[in-house]
Parts: sequence; structure tokens; C-alpha cells
Amino acid sequence: MHSLISDTSAVKFGRYGGLFVPETLVPPLAELAKAYQRLMKCEDFKEELNLALKTFAGRPTPLYYARNLSQKLGRKVYLKREDLVHGGAHKLNNTLGQALVAKKMGKTRLIAETGAGQHGVATAIVGANLGFETQVYMGEVDIERQKMNVYRMQLMGAEVIPVRSGSRTLKDAINEAMRDWASSFDHTHYLLGTAAGAHPFPSMVRDFQSVIGKEARSQILQAEGRLPDSITACVGGGSNAMGIFAPFLEDEDVRLLAVEAGGRGLGKTDRIADHGASLGLGTDGVLHGALTKILQDPYGQILESYSVAAGLDYPGVGPELAFLAEKGRVLTKIADDKTAMRGFHALSKLEGIIPALESAHAVGYALQEPEALGDLAIINISGRGDKDLATVMDYENL
Amino acid sequence: MKISEAFIAAPLLIVYICAGDPTPAATPDLVRRLAAAGADIIELGLPHSDPIADGPTIQAAAQRAIAAGMNTDVYFQVAAEADVAIPKVFMGYYNMIYARGLDRFAGDCARSGITGMIVPDLPPEEAGPLQEACAKFDVDLIFLAAPNTPAERLKMIEKETSGFLYLVARTGVTGAQSDILQSTRDLIARVPGSKPKAVGFGISTPAQAAEVIAAGADAAIVGSVCVDLIARGEVERLEQLIRDMKAAVKAAGKSKAPIVG
Repeated sequence: MHSLISDTSAVKFGRYGGLFVPETLVPPLAELAKAYQRLMKCEDFKEELNLALKTFAGRPTPLYYARNLSQKLGRKVYLKREDLVHGGAHKLNNTLGQALVAKKMGKTRLIAETGAGQHGVATAIVGANLGFETQVYMGEVDIERQKMNVYRMQLMGAEVIPVRSGSRTLKDAINEAMRDWASSFDHTHYLLGTAAGAHPFPSMVRDFQSVIGKEARSQILQAEGRLPDSITACVGGGSNAMGIFAPFLEDEDVRLLAVEAGGRGLGKTDRIADHGASLGLGTDGVLHGALTKILQDPYGQILESYSVAAGLDYPGVGPELAFLAEKGRVLTKIADDKTAMRGFHALSKLEGIIPALESAHAVGYALQEPEALGDLAIINISGRGDKDLATVMDYENL
Repeated sequence: MKISEAFIAAPLLIVYICAGDPTPAATPDLVRRLAAAGADIIELGLPHSDPIADGPTIQAAAQRAIAAGMNTDVYFQVAAEADVAIPKVFMGYYNMIYARGLDRFAGDCARSGITGMIVPDLPPEEAGPLQEACAKFDVDLIFLAAPNTPAERLKMIEKETSGFLYLVARTGVTGAQSDILQSTRDLIARVPGSKPKAVGFGISTPAQAAEVIAAGADAAIVGSVCVDLIARGEVERLEQLIRDMKAAVKAAGKSKAPIVG
């Protein structure tokens, strides 16, 4: 199983990954990879990051035994509570790590893309806290559906730049951030929010998020004296999934379940896929700097994805997940909007925990196929659902 | 026509347009008119949904072209119809090539009279498979270098490129700018080797084209301003601009000191 573990310096995961970017971005990406690898060996840096994770982000997060959900599903279910991380989602694990790297590299400005706004908020948090000028690219369509998060970012001093190109959603916000970085890399760090994109982003984001899996591993061993039969996580780009999966890759008996957005159904038209299931239903292609599984038309034009959860509404996925899925180590599953809504309500009612609509896909899948979880399961609750209340109310009024 | 044959008459003017903008039917005639006005090489862009190396002007053109029905099949029909005596070069993003299959794509290029390919999101490190496909069909694969490309890497890119070396005049994306930067001159000066050098990104006036030739480039590439004039329906003004730029390039070539060695 050793071949499944990818080193931090790995540019490729099997045939996936790589560095498909304009020449102007090659030197800054190389500089970032070098700085990151140096810092990850530096004890002072690791201590600084750990202290920030503990005293600022609120780590470790609990691994909570969900008694009522367990009863309903007829098996033991634990929830990894990333919804309790400062900012309301796992996103801060990564933004703290990258912002500290950027600081050490002497950068003074952060740029980021955001879809639902969670990564934008997490970037605004570190921007304010560590003293960066912060600009967040966000699709016009997303700005409209996530007004609260836009205001949260602004409160913390970040500027939100509307993206009017293409489909005016997350993929276009990434395009715009890459275009910005192509001329601003001297003083700017591009803080990519998910385990996708060109090297070193997939490895770096996975490493910073793997604190989730490391904690969960020791917590379940302490609580149950054994590893779980399964771990379930939702997948958009894949940062919370890679974060919780990575420390379990060599534990062959732990089933890793990646739940993608089934959206309105699994159909597609010429320009739009009605889902976000690039891992399960996509084909090989290059998007945002990496060869991975993407949603595209036969000519290679990228399709617009769809999900009620903005954080899963992305037509690509991290290259390492594409590799692990192909190897059969990660099993791809799909939960549609309705299933996610069921998960959203069930967790709220049963446990008094309102999950993010993204995480609700993982919960909904568990409700739908409980036998896939085995006797002892962990579900990653990647974020809290406060941001989604308006979306859910709208959805249910339809 | 092979690119190397065109460079015998250097310095050259290379002109980029987005295929299918405003309509696929309009493209062959545009190519002919640009060639008649003095373009030495035509770069024919294949529109992509996610053009990360392009600024707003070319992004908008790509969207218009896709909406007008441009796709890879139509692209090769249009390219074949544009029967000109100057080299035609493909410019587009790697996923469009990958989706069609590398051999099939390179073969389609050759069959439609395209003798070179520029793929802005494909650095040499990832280009091995496409280089092989291009070699099979005698199509040049042209690489790009930028002002922030370090010396060692510049040497590697110069070695790998075929046809010519595309020098990006500045960091950032495509689009018009007001002046030629010192970093552009430095980049032209520090390229090792003997392959032809063409400078693009941000050139929109005859004076700028002349400037890069005077600084040592073998060709000036003009793009966004052409796309802009086409979008505004001002094709005659575009023809005049190409005539003026061509004259400026030739004049700058004559006044340039002969290259030693």
C-alpha cells in the first residue's frame, strides 16, 4: 500500500496532477514549493502553526459520539467537528498554514478565490490577524447568493472583487485569481482554498488539512480502541476529504467514502452539468493547472457544475483524489440536493448540530446507505450550517 | 508554409485573431485580409471556456466565438478554408488538445495547413507527449518564456522550442499596454541560442512593434488590439493598423545593427 502515499514534493499522483500553467506562474509556483518544503522541516515554523491552530483556530476539535444518529442508523457513528473551527469550517486549517508560509516568504498581500464564501472568510480572518492586504475573487452569482459571507469578509478588512467572466462562479474566480497572480507574485501569495490546482497546492493543502485526520485517528483509538470501519466526507475540490483521509491511507480496512454533489440529477446539457460529481462522473482533463477528473464537453470546454451547496459546486476535483479513486482506495458516492437536505434536517433534529450543506451531503449519504458505513463510522462535519439558512429556506419554499 | 521559411524574411509581424469571432464563417476571409495587409504569420486562437492566460479582450472574444458555434471540428474546417501563403499557427489551451487526443489534434493541424502550435498553459515539463505527436506530423511546438523565467530555465525552453521562441513581453495576461518595459528588453537580450524570438503580450502600436524589433526581436506579435477592432466591426482600420505595423517592423529591421555571429 506504500505506493498510495504521496510525498510532499510529488508533482504527480500517478498520471494526475502536474503543472499545466502559463510560464509566468512556473517560477512563483517553484518558489512556493521550495519555501513550503523548507518550512515543513523547520521546528519553529511547525510550533508557530500548532500554536495558532490551538489558540486561534480552536484545535483540536472534538470527535463526538453521535448517540441519536447512531441509534437511528443502527451502528456507532462519530462526528469530527470541523464546524467548531474558528470561522465555522475546516478552511482555516489551510489558510493559517499558507498565510504563515506567505509571511515567511515576505509576501504582503493575499489573494484568494471563494465560492460559498467560506474560504474567503477564512482568508479574510488570517489576513486581518497576520496583517496582510487581502483581496478575494468571488463570482457575481455567488456574491448574490452569499451576501452574509461577503459582509463578513468586508468586516475583517478584505476586499471582495466581483468576477464577471465565464459562468461568474467559483471556477471563474479561480481563473481570475490566477490571472492576478501572474503579475503580482512578487509581493502576493495566492492562497488556494482546496487540494486542487498546480503543484504544490494539492500536497500543501492536503498537509495543512491532514490535522483533521491525525486528530480523528488518535481520538477514535482512544474512544474505541480501534480504527473505524469507514470515514465519510463530502467532496467538492476535496480539501476536507483529503484532510481526514490522508492519515488513514495505509489502513486498508478503513473504507474511505467520498460523497460528491448529485445536484438536481445526473444529466447534463451542452454547457451545464446538473451536478458536481467530477470524481465519479468526470473524465480526464486539465483544469486550473492540473490533470484530473473534470466535467467537460467532448471538445474539452469546461461545463458549469451545479449543487445546492456552493462549496461542492465545482467542475473539477483534486488530482490526488482522482488518483486514489482510480486505485480503488477511495470510493466515490453521490448524494443529490434532496439527500443533502435530509441530512441537514436529520443532524439538526437528532443531535442539535446544524451542518453546512456541504457536510450535509455526507450525512445524507449515511442515512441513505447506512450499511456502507460498517459498525463503527466517522463522518466529517466540515462546516456549520448557519451560512446556509437562507438557501435552505429558499429551497423549501419552492 | 513552414515557420522557418517565413523567418528568412525576418523581422516579421505576427497577428493573432480568435477563430469564430464574430462568427466561424467570417474567419477565413479575415485571415486572407490580414495576410494581404502584411501579416507574416497568423495565429489562429481556438476559444476555450477558461482562458487563464488571457485578459478581458480575448476572454470576451472566446465567449462570443463559442456562442457563435465555434468548436474544434469547426476550427479545423475554418483553418483549412483560410488558404493563405503564410504560416498558420494554432494557439489554444491544452485541455482542448487533450480532449481530442494529441495525435489526432496534431494530424488535424497538419491537414488544415497549420504548421505550428502555441499552448500557453503547457510548459516544456508537461509537453513530452505533445512534442512526440507534433514531430509525427511535422508541426512546430512553440514554447513561451517570460521576464521572470530564470536563466537556466530560459536555456532549457530555448532548446525545447521549435519554430520560434515566444517571449512574453511582461508578466500577467494578454492585453494592450502603454509602453514596452525595460524587463522586455532585458528578456530579449538574455535569451541564449539562435532560434528566432517573437515578442508578444501588450503590443498594440507600430511604435511598440518597432521598439521590440530594435531591441533585438525577430518578430512582433499583435493580438488584443486586433481582437478589439474586429469586435467593433472596424476591419478596415485593422487592415490599416497591420500595414502601419508591418512598415514599422521593416523600418526597425533595416536600421538595426547587423547581428554578429
